[in-house]
Amino acid sequence: MEKKQLAAVVASIAQDSVITEGLQFVEITVSPENLVKVVSALKFNRETALDLLVSLTGMDYGTDLGIVYHLRSTTFNHMLVVKTRVSDRENPGIDSLCSVYKSAEFHEREVFDLLGIKFNGHPDLRRLFLDSTWGFPLRKDYKDDINILGK
Amino acid sequence: MEEAVKGVVPENEEYVINMGPQHPSTHGVLRLVVSLKGEIVQNVQPHIGYIHRGIEKMCENMTYPQIIHLTDRMDYLSAHINNEAVCLTVEKALGIEVSDRVKYIRTILSELTRIQSHQLFWATFGMDLGGLTCFFYGLRDREKVLDIFEETCGGRMIVSYNAPGGLMNDIHPNFQKRTKEFIKYFRKTIHEYDDLLTGNVIFQERTKGIGKVTREDAIDWGMTGPVGRASGFSCDIRKHNPYSAYDRVNFNEILYNEGDTFHRYKVRMDEMLESMNIIDQLIDNIPEGPWTEKMKPVIKLPEGEYFQSVETARGELGVYIVSDGNKYPYRVKFRSPNFVNLAPLNIMSKGSKIADLVAISGSLDLIIPDIDR
Repeated sequence: MEKKQLAAVVASIAQDSVITEGLQFVEITVSPENLVKVVSALKFNRETALDLLVSLTGMDYGTDLGIVYHLRSTTFNHMLVVKTRVSDRENPGIDSLCSVYKSAEFHEREVFDLLGIKFNGHPDLRRLFLDSTWGFPLRKDYKDDINILGK
Repeated sequence: MEEAVKGVVPENEEYVINMGPQHPSTHGVLRLVVSLKGEIVQNVQPHIGYIHRGIEKMCENMTYPQIIHLTDRMDYLSAHINNEAVCLTVEKALGIEVSDRVKYIRTILSELTRIQSHQLFWATFGMDLGGLTCFFYGLRDREKVLDIFEETCGGRMIVSYNAPGGLMNDIHPNFQKRTKEFIKYFRKTIHEYDDLLTGNVIFQERTKGIGKVTREDAIDWGMTGPVGRASGFSCDIRKHNPYSAYDRVNFNEILYNEGDTFHRYKVRMDEMLESMNIIDQLIDNIPEGPWTEKMKPVIKLPEGEYFQSVETARGELGVYIVSDGNKYPYRVKFRSPNFVNLAPLNIMSKGSKIADLVAISGSLDLIIPDIDR
């Protein structure tokens, strides 16, 4: 599907979200409350059929924390970027997508480990790489005494 | 249960053993906590992070040409393809179109990388299942590819031959001759692989019907590469979103529907033949042209987000770069294929024997530095 067409279809599914045509893919910004509802609608809609979660990236935007989801349709081969943001840095929480994509389980554990975003409804939310004494290294305000590159 | 082992192995209760982190069949430091009932696997929990180096964090303090050298160290058997992924992303952001010569050379080297990676897979997979001879045969042939790399790229495994805008250097004058020699040699010897392992009755008994994954599960878990294609999930990036010179060659995407360990192995065996076909089509037609575009000494990407996927020997590697206009990226994310392919190990091995767990994790062809990053 072409970018314009896809943007129109996505707009009809996710009405109260911001949809932009990015440089490469159509991008949609969803509020954290609507995330699971919108993404599962995008997955099961026959025209979008975004059934593959390609990548899940945790982002630190300075003031906000956020997640970027890259979704692909295995039937139509189009991509869609879904973004969501939370402004609470102390105790950030986003609904888990594990019920929609099983592959989100590992990705979300990684984001929880490195950025400290909690995923509500995740079946097994533990740290993945680091032990519990570490901070959250991918945050921009992370102070690292060991890494000489950061200085 | 036999008299001799009565009371030694608990009969009706689950018990937990650690496989790894130092276990020969995990090919690195992967720790699997396996819970067993008798010798039937009930649950597998992978514990990773033993060689987590924080590559994504390091990237935030490095320039784009420097990042390329880090990607070698992720999936060290697909080093060239990882380099290419970063270069393609940077070139896409800058709007640079590399010359045809660069595209052809990159494609040939990518396919040589795929061949040597699958050769090592074959060698170690055979060894995991008790066929030590495979290891010697596999490494014997892989050496010849590494010699070609050494001559042209300077490195054998960690090549770092790509640079944003082209290549580090032009190819060695012997490159075409030696590659053709290797293809000729390997076409003659690849039947030894089938003679030794594929047709072996014990091997087939141990792999056929083991660790089955359906197509729906493969998509749901995001399994790409040979692992996904063995389950009938058509996920070859080279075919669906061609990059470099893949849109100019004819090749088949290898697909099987069985989704068991044997067919994950079979996909890789067929892919080696397919890779040789691709090289055959390109090696004589490398066009003349510059081996690199004129690049600024300091590369700054325009503000924005860029995503590029490539097909490594293990699946889809996605590079996601967020730039704020500086010479350092704001955020780099590597969607590595092994990280995603490891997650479904639990559902694949549930209910099988513990000896089959070695076969299943071997057939995923895991590279631990790629998981940990």
